[in-house]
Amino acid sequence: MTTLTRNASPAEHKEQPALRRRGRSDLKIALFFIAPAMIGFIVFYLMPTLRGIYLSFTEYNILGDPTWIGTANYEAIAKDPLFWNALAVTSQYVLINIVLQTALALGLALLMHRVAKSTLIRGALLLPYLMANVIAALLWFWLLDYQIGIVNYFIEAIGLPKVAFFGSAEWAIPTQALINTWRHMGYTALLLFAGLQSIPHHVYEVANLDGASPWQTFRKITMPLLRPVLVLVLIVTVIGSFQVFDTVAVTTLGGPVNASRVLQFYIYQKAFTESDFGYGSALAVILFVILALVAFIQMKFLKGNESDLD
Amino acid sequence: MKKKALTSLAAAAAAVLALSACGGGGSADAGKGEINYWLWDANQLPAYKQCADDFHKANPDITVKVTQRGWDDYWGTLTNGFVAGTAPDVFTDHLGKYPEFIKNKQLLALDDAVKKDNIDTSVYNSGLADLWVGQDGKRYGLPKDWDTIALFYNTKLAADAGVTPEQMASLTWNPQDGGTYEKTIAHLTVDKNGKRGDEPGFDKTNVAVYGLGLNGSGSGQGQTEWSYLTGTTGWTHTDKNPWGKHYNYDDPKFQESIDWFAGLVDKGYMPKLETTVGASMADTFAAGKSVINANGSWMIGQYTGYKDIKVGIAPTPTGANGKRASMYNGLADSIYAGTKKKDAAIKWVEYLGSAACQDVVASKAVVFPAIKTSADKAVEAFKAKGVDVTPFSQQVKDGTTFLYPIADNAAKVDGIMKPAMDAVVSGKAKASSLTQANDQVNALFK
Repeated sequence: MTTLTRNASPAEHKEQPALRRRGRSDLKIALFFIAPAMIGFIVFYLMPTLRGIYLSFTEYNILGDPTWIGTANYEAIAKDPLFWNALAVTSQYVLINIVLQTALALGLALLMHRVAKSTLIRGALLLPYLMANVIAALLWFWLLDYQIGIVNYFIEAIGLPKVAFFGSAEWAIPTQALINTWRHMGYTALLLFAGLQSIPHHVYEVANLDGASPWQTFRKITMPLLRPVLVLVLIVTVIGSFQVFDTVAVTTLGGPVNASRVLQFYIYQKAFTESDFGYGSALAVILFVILALVAFIQMKFLKGNESDLD
Repeated sequence: MKKKALTSLAAAAAAVLALSACGGGGSADAGKGEINYWLWDANQLPAYKQCADDFHKANPDITVKVTQRGWDDYWGTLTNGFVAGTAPDVFTDHLGKYPEFIKNKQLLALDDAVKKDNIDTSVYNSGLADLWVGQDGKRYGLPKDWDTIALFYNTKLAADAGVTPEQMASLTWNPQDGGTYEKTIAHLTVDKNGKRGDEPGFDKTNVAVYGLGLNGSGSGQGQTEWSYLTGTTGWTHTDKNPWGKHYNYDDPKFQESIDWFAGLVDKGYMPKLETTVGASMADTFAAGKSVINANGSWMIGQYTGYKDIKVGIAPTPTGANGKRASMYNGLADSIYAGTKKKDAAIKWVEYLGSAACQDVVASKAVVFPAIKTSADKAVEAFKAKGVDVTPFSQQVKDGTTFLYPIADNAAKVDGIMKPAMDAVVSGKAKASSLTQANDQVNALFK
């Protein structure tokens, strides 16, 4: 509506009341259509978020009433070695998961774009993603089991020492990062593939005429033009990655010692296991701030909302 | 994108919001209709279904719906039920959990009913009924069963090593050199070249069969892992039990015992902690990868049920004080304070706590019922199946048991002790590091 008003010249001035009237009726209809999503947003997102922020300043065990304790939860978190451990462990997970997943997904997307044109093969890449996280995690939990897992059976068969994929502190996080890479890369590849398809073909033709090598084409054309999609994918996957929980919850439960006690699992442990919902909420607020910052930095520095196509 | 991030937080917060609605209220027909009953042990489901049927026959206007949920989901679902007002009317309760339920006023005190219906709590094995009396002096559960610890062992692997059932029944232990218990464990351990753990040239990095299986580090209780050993040294988890206010993980006696226990891994007699994540100790026992497994009586069915493996049961070793020790845990049935069928629920709990139901449970030979006469029947039922369970029941008869530690803040204590004990048993820290964990634990009670 603002555009209309701004563009109205003085000559058209007398038309304005009519416009404004139409504006009002549009607003009503707009509100009507927005309402379902708006109500859902308010009830399921906004109110819980505000309540979560409120609870983070309280001591609350869910069965009683919350007691206001100011910033005590946050002060305790700053001194909580398990929080800093969780942050380090989660970052380690995100790093392995995102680097591998993005690299592999980009490779798969290029293959889908250039080589594998069969819908069957493209569909097959998505299969792991169709499996629930928990099922995928449990499946690998058994495959990689130290005592009876088939993977260790083969590792031993070729004469190498067995690996405690979930039981050792060194492997617990990389193993889970790899499982989720396996599950998600097909889906990420699909998103990037869609991005690749939106790059106009004539750009490649011109490059070809100019004698650009495939590597040059990839570096100078594909990557820059794919950037908006890539940034979006990165933001979504980084946020998802920071929230790793289900894999940990059905396999290592934070262990060994604290090696896989990721932030979300620590939040769950504090809130739902130890009934300390105030502390858990404060941790969740901190995670929220971290994620908002990460998303902001990614948008800002990778210029995700601009395209070089314009 | 911020909205996206908001979603993440909101997901967590939404759970809180959804859970914060409250239920409750009474009903005119508190003694009629359907009541819900929950338990977690699938092995006991048939027995309690029969109890429910028998109960319905005797009380045609009450139907009991029995639901079994696995241990991992049980407590979370129950807490959600408390908050939403949809918790089961009656549920199987655990000593490690019920102090928190009392604190949050989720349990119905049974004193009036026990008095009115003349329930005789002396029919239960000694001490069991008192476990369920809170710090406020009120009774919150009627005992249903109990469990103790003993040693399951693979009779064939033991015989191969020349270890007789008599030797297994007369093991001794001390925290300094491990007594004949350690000698036996060492002898039962075999490396890939067939060398036994007590022979020269034993390769501890390449063990085929471990003398002793490992279930986990035991967290703060060590119920099946090490409490049967620490219990013989005179060490107790807390200053008093039930309702202790101070934990004793800093006691040198205790730390010496734990160092001995963790040392078994280093000697190659017990699998590394990192290898126990995943397949359970019992499963690896069934695969012939360990000879002795210390475990609870609730596992009798599973251990004796493995095909092709003959299992013997031996009592836990005798300590330096000349006595054995076993943690003694009892379960009970409690009533949810928000039940709308209070009278029916009370009737059902009293029936569960009666010989009528506990004899049914006994006949299925799955656990030891709380009532003395029913427990004896269970021993007979096990015997009829060819299993001698006296190593479990003898400890109760001899009075060598000690109670599961009942105290407030159980979940928080576990949150501190699990990682601390994991670090010790996995060899990353000495048992002396438990002093610091103990300080953290005791700070919860200040």
